[in-house]
Amino acid sequence: MKAFLASLAVLIAGSVLFFKATDGLQALTAEGARRLAVQREAPMVSSFMLETMKGSAEPLPGAPGKAVMVEFIYTTCPTICQSAGGDMARLRDLVIAEGLGDRVRLFSVSFDPDVDDVSHLARYGELHHADGEVWTIARPTVNDLPALLKAFGVVVIKGDPDTFGGYEHNTAIHVISPTGQLSSIVDTDDFDGALEALKRTLS
Amino acid sequence: MKPPSYLVAILVVGFCFALRIPLEADPVSHILVQLPLLAWSGVLITPNGTGRRSEWNRGGVATLLVAFFTIIFWMLPRSIDAVLSSPTMELAKFITLPFGVGAPLAIGWARAHPLLRGIIKAEVVSMLGVLAFLYIHAPVRICNAYLVSDQHRLGYGFLFLALGLSVFWIAPLFIVHTKRAVMPTKTPATA
Repeated sequence: MKAFLASLAVLIAGSVLFFKATDGLQALTAEGARRLAVQREAPMVSSFMLETMKGSAEPLPGAPGKAVMVEFIYTTCPTICQSAGGDMARLRDLVIAEGLGDRVRLFSVSFDPDVDDVSHLARYGELHHADGEVWTIARPTVNDLPALLKAFGVVVIKGDPDTFGGYEHNTAIHVISPTGQLSSIVDTDDFDGALEALKRTLS
Repeated sequence: MKPPSYLVAILVVGFCFALRIPLEADPVSHILVQLPLLAWSGVLITPNGTGRRSEWNRGGVATLLVAFFTIIFWMLPRSIDAVLSSPTMELAKFITLPFGVGAPLAIGWARAHPLLRGIIKAEVVSMLGVLAFLYIHAPVRICNAYLVSDQHRLGYGFLFLALGLSVFWIAPLFIVHTKRAVMPTKTPATA
């Protein structure tokens, strides 16, 4: 009887701990937890000044009353960011088709501002047909970079030098409400999810 | 002279702590070297026969469950990611693996019925197999702090460990058999 009670107590305590540690079985990975936390808490994002591909300065989050969609990239990326760039172009087209072009700003922000100067940003924009109207390519200052990545929960690590090198990071689209709250994080090819999140913040 | 086991335990934990940065830089050494060593230190500090008579732990079930839940917690990818960004979680790892995995496992295993031991061994091997498949084939990055290629290597690490443990646990069945056949002749020189 004692052994049964002891085992039962451990079983209950262990299950409760596991339930808590996974946010109710909803997030097993740090990335899952990041997205869930943003959805629940919608934290305010402090303002960062970016330099765009046209050489002008622009704040992130953008002008008041405008929603923002941000992805993080580096322009010398050989593989996944190029497809992410294609995804972002597609998202820009969808946003315009929905008639929301003047209510949202799209940013592809470089996390490699040392290498990605204005000419690199411009070339990347040209490659993916970003004209700077709805969607622009930009970079933070080197000093702001750690705080910027931390605010968004983006982790960048050096890639495998044996293969492509470069960086690996948790690629995603981050949706910021017109009030400056980070309200949703979705996969770069989840267009429906991104549009839905955008409409939710605008309504 | 054999050093006392608590001294070995201190050395093992010291090694894991001093070399934590290189060990944790690669998920294979983090998960398949550092974590098992920390758990082993808990086994080392548990004297033989601890809690042997406790009614609360009949069959070792309660303590084995403690070890099970602690292991499950550290199997979560987000726990591993958290260790790399939070010193509190790092400290929790150094405490809970010896005292939440190693020690209760040693206490529980000593009292576990052979059938329960067999089930646990089978579970460990099959769980490692599932992890191997998952880590080698997952289409997404499981840990933000580690590369996809590291993830694949960890998957193969799980696979080799599963194969190694299978051999390690099955081989004695044959060796014990031959030893028994030799024993009646009482010739220690040939043993």
